Amino acid sequence: MGEVQRGPEQRKRFVGKYIFSVDHKVIGRQFYFLALFAALVAMLLSWVMRLHLGWPNVQLPLLSTLSPAGAPGGVLTPEYYLSLLTIHGTLMIFFVLTVAPQAGFGNFLLPLQLGAREMALPRLNMLSFWTTFAALGVLLSTFFISDGPPITGWTAYAPLSAAGSITGPGEGMGQSLWILAIALFCLGAVLGSVNFIATTLGSRARGMTLHCLPLTCWAWFLTAVMILLSFAVLLAACLLLMMDRVGGTSFFLPAGMVISGDLIHRGGGAPLLWQHLFWFFGHPEVYITILPAMGIISHILSCFSRKPAFGYQSMIYSMMAIGFLSFMVWGHHMFVSGMNPYTGFAFAVLTMAIAVPSAVTIFDWLGTMWGGKLRFTTSMLFAIGFVSVFVTGGLSGLFLAQPPLDVYLHDTYFVIAHLHMIMGLAGTFAIFAGTYFWFPKMFGRMMSELLGKMHFWLTFIGAYAIFMPMHFLGFEGNPRRYAALTDNFLKPLIPMHRFITIAALITGAAQLLFVSNFFWSMFRGEKAPDNPWEGTSLEWTVSSPPPPENFSGGTPVIYHGPYEYGVPGSEKDYVMQNSPEKIAGG
Amino acid sequence: MGLAIAVVLTLITAVSVSLISAHFWWFPVDVATHGPAIDHLFTLTFIFTGAIFVLAQLGLAYLIWRYRDRGQGGKATYLHEPAMLQVTWTLIALILFVGLAFMGHRTWAHMHYTGAQPGALRIEVWGEQFAWYFRYPGPDGRFGPIHPSLMDDSMGNYLGLDRPHDQASKDDIVTATLGIPADRPVQLILRSKDVIHSFFVPELRMKQDLVPGMEMPIHFTATEDALNHDGGRYEIVCTQLCGMGHYKMRAFLQVMTEKKFEQWLKQEAAMQ
Amino acid sequence: MGSAVLTPPKAKPPEDSTPPPGKGNDGPGGSGGSGGPGGSGRGGRRHPPNWSLPPGAYRIAIWMGIVSISMLFAALTSAMLVRAEIATDWVHGAIPSILYFNTLVLILSSLTLEFSRRSLRKEAEKGFTGWLYATTALGIIFIAGQLLAWRQLAAHGIYVTTNPSSSFFYVLTAAHGVHLLGGVLALFYLVFRSRKIFGTPQKRIAVDVTAIYWHFMDVLWIYILILLKVKL
Ligand code: HEA
Ligand code: HEA
Ligand code: CUA
Ligand SMILES: [Cu+2]
Repeated sequence: MGEVQRGPEQRKRFVGKYIFSVDHKVIGRQFYFLALFAALVAMLLSWVMRLHLGWPNVQLPLLSTLSPAGAPGGVLTPEYYLSLLTIHGTLMIFFVLTVAPQAGFGNFLLPLQLGAREMALPRLNMLSFWTTFAALGVLLSTFFISDGPPITGWTAYAPLSAAGSITGPGEGMGQSLWILAIALFCLGAVLGSVNFIATTLGSRARGMTLHCLPLTCWAWFLTAVMILLSFAVLLAACLLLMMDRVGGTSFFLPAGMVISGDLIHRGGGAPLLWQHLFWFFGHPEVYITILPAMGIISHILSCFSRKPAFGYQSMIYSMMAIGFLSFMVWGHHMFVSGMNPYTGFAFAVLTMAIAVPSAVTIFDWLGTMWGGKLRFTTSMLFAIGFVSVFVTGGLSGLFLAQPPLDVYLHDTYFVIAHLHMIMGLAGTFAIFAGTYFWFPKMFGRMMSELLGKMHFWLTFIGAYAIFMPMHFLGFEGNPRRYAALTDNFLKPLIPMHRFITIAALITGAAQLLFVSNFFWSMFRGEKAPDNPWEGTSLEWTVSSPPPPENFSGGTPVIYHGPYEYGVPGSEKDYVMQNSPEKIAGG
Repeated sequence: MGLAIAVVLTLITAVSVSLISAHFWWFPVDVATHGPAIDHLFTLTFIFTGAIFVLAQLGLAYLIWRYRDRGQGGKATYLHEPAMLQVTWTLIALILFVGLAFMGHRTWAHMHYTGAQPGALRIEVWGEQFAWYFRYPGPDGRFGPIHPSLMDDSMGNYLGLDRPHDQASKDDIVTATLGIPADRPVQLILRSKDVIHSFFVPELRMKQDLVPGMEMPIHFTATEDALNHDGGRYEIVCTQLCGMGHYKMRAFLQVMTEKKFEQWLKQEAAMQ
Repeated sequence: MGSAVLTPPKAKPPEDSTPPPGKGNDGPGGSGGSGGPGGSGRGGRRHPPNWSLPPGAYRIAIWMGIVSISMLFAALTSAMLVRAEIATDWVHGAIPSILYFNTLVLILSSLTLEFSRRSLRKEAEKGFTGWLYATTALGIIFIAGQLLAWRQLAAHGIYVTTNPSSSFFYVLTAAHGVHLLGGVLALFYLVFRSRKIFGTPQKRIAVDVTAIYWHFMDVLWIYILILLKVKL
């Protein structure tokens, strides 16, 4: 294409190029920035939550201007705490971890790694982004309506979420907007996934057999399938919930409810039905957040170990098994809900079964490093950090998977520790690893390694400092979603909460290092070469950033698998996928 | 850098393991007869996961240190997929993990597959935003019917009883504290007036949701030992997000001797 | 970023000879000995070096969309079964008889759409557009008929909130209706673009894709009808 032309056309071009673009590289970056923005907002919310948990009476002057009702005099009300919690969880799970690793990196890299010019359906792709964008707008708009965001957490259990404003602040308009936002998000995610699948199946370069696909592509593909199957169910659930709220139906509202003294004239609904529908989506969803992360980590570990990804095939089979089994374990979130205990036990066994492929992935990552020549770039450090927190978080899952233990641990901070370790941290570590890795390709410049390493150390140590103690809170029986600790047995835990708050503030501040590194490098960083990390997959064969048509010389032709590092007898220690060089032995 | 991260990983492992084995922040005493089984299961799981935790984290640390690029040239080991090793590993993981699931089966069965023993003391536990009520059937051993339309907290008719008309309701006793005798099987029937709540007493190792429109029975026996801690008084907390007051929705469980319990119930009956 | 000087790509120009995707050279994924049978069979499906978007993509996409929509209705179905099972207040409602007429209309519309496609294959433009109009009209009649069915129910005093069974009736028909409306929009698109589509063979994929979707809506409707008819 060449330089941007200056002229009267320029404005229109800008809009077409960066706003309503159909270029997968632009859309990928748009998704990425959306996730980054959501993450920063959600992180700020977690700061306020943490401050309130450590010092319930602390005055935050800014807050009272932001929300006079939610924080009169700058002191958070209990209901506003729950509002912040809901938005924190919703943003993080949906708009950060479902967006960045899949829609962000996926959109940018999938065609590049497949050797395709574009996503299969570019306009659908654009639609997917703008739907997601609208969803984010609707979600955040709840902050600016009179009764504030909903207070039901990211799980929105009925009937609390179904009976309307009578059940509490935020349950009027706020909850309805939340449902609308999630419904829009479902739509956007499904549209994007359709595109991912069509692209992976239909737009691969010559020679790019399924056995030559990088693990990232496999992960994006399998995740897309899971999104397709699970988000539709959430959409159905949202539809029914919305009907209960505004249509006067009673899908989830049982007969004879008396809420704050008022008899609700509805009949016969099933509150547990919501939980079944929600978790049928919800459990696959947590793996939807982690599968792309697994792909990214495998990719990066292999590159910086200068060694073929150990167990390429077993990794694929594990991801398939995880994807498949994840639709059969939703009941493990409902052990104490009053579900049939025999069913509960069946869910426990299946849950343990899904831990097996997860353990295989860990083995594969360790195997990749074993015998390698490890290069400790920032990206690699975050990948290593990922393995560490994934093990920690996965092992706490083994407690929760046993019904008798979950009876004690359910809805305590132990679960909070589990979900942050394995999802919050592992997920964001993968995003960070991917960012440091692909930033040169995405923006044509290198990030600062020095700032990056500082960011890693503070985040890694900080992460353990925040979330390891939460396990202990769980042992003590500290329930989650508590706006303050007033019970006698909880009061002694306040110092621990303060420690966690301080750790969270420091760790959060460390993210500013990342953000400033990011934006500084975007404009001022060193110019990136085509293949700064000596990687083998196709994205490294093109310039940084890639030209609009991706492969300006025509379709690449693939001769090798994606992880030919350390090939004996080869001149360099890596053989690129499109290199016609023969590999002896193999 | 490789050394640094190996050291930090080792430190994290050491600190985590020692804090856990120091039991400094730990479970409260257990005062239910099924408690020891659960605690035992906890211990086993701690040992099992602890071993994997140490092995995996230290293994990671070792690999990082051992295989760091020492800048001496040469290449990494060219290795793809040793199939036998993988199959072995997968099978081991399968057996261990699924075995763990079956280990907990007996405890779970004891808690949930069977109902309460006959002759257990039956008590209804009611949750509402944001309070607890407990109902004893009184001398006739029967709970009177509930009329949602009559529920009125300001009149003190928390559960919507129609005492003038319903025979079975007449002697029902509604309390704000859950009083139980030690060493006698108790069956709780959990019910909710409005949204979902959850009944949790850490010392009983027991948690169950209260779902509106459903009746959830659970059963347990408090040990004699329950009388000895905190005067037999334990906090009942709500652990299912139920609205703005969720964090302060609590009541007390009072474990008493059989004699004291009878007295207490009489007192409460007189106050109805 | 836009002004960054783009270095010439290093990608090898495509060679005209077919590349060796098989194992002889590299082994699938370089996997020593465990390449698996799929090595160059299923995975080896290659595409011509064609820069334009592969037409197969639309077909895959529509099928994926169908999978997703099926999940949506599967979820609604299971909700209905659960709700009916626990309910003490479930009253099975008779379905308005106009639904049978609507069903007929919809089936007919699938047929007309097929006629249209056949004409397209035979390069008969008149038949193609004519049948397309007919299909669109039938689609609109179906939607009108559904609205009429709602009116009939309402006239009998059966609203969304009357009974859980009527709630599901309205939700299912509405959800189907919205999806069908999407199909009608696609038909409109075909009608307006019919000249262009007829003239450009590559564009005919749009007709195929719409047809797949439309027939699926047909099948889905029959499923819903049975679901509503059966006494739960
Ligand atoms: C990325 C997301 C993610 C992942 C991957 C997992 C993975 C697992 N989760 Fe988790 N989970 C969540 C996200 C996730 N979870 C979230 C968000 C919630 C809370 C939702 C809410 O209520 O808000 C939750 C809640 C949750 C519960 C419900 C708790 C409750 O509310 O009471 C349960 C119960 O079974 C559970 C279990 C498991 C198990 C067994 C795994 C397993 O798959 C873990 C498998 C991994 C391992 C077991 C590690 C193994 C490692 C090794 C074996 C290495 C050994 C190596 C050597 C020795 C060399 N999770
Ligand atoms: C992605 C998931 C994610 C992440 C990263 C976090 C990050 C944090 N969370 Fe969050 N949290 C949830 C998901 C997440 N959380 C969920 C699902 C819940 C449950 C909600 C519910 O109950 O309904 C929850 C609940 C929750 C609670 C429980 C409150 C309660 O139950 O009462 C607390 C309390 O301390 C908390 C604290 C924190 C803190 C201090 C951080 C952080 O500040 C830690 C420090 C920050 C980082 C390590 C990195 C930040 C990441 C980025 C800046 C990413 C950059 C993104 C791009 C580059 C695209 N969280
Ligand atoms: Cu009641 Cu929480
Ligand atoms: Cu789960």
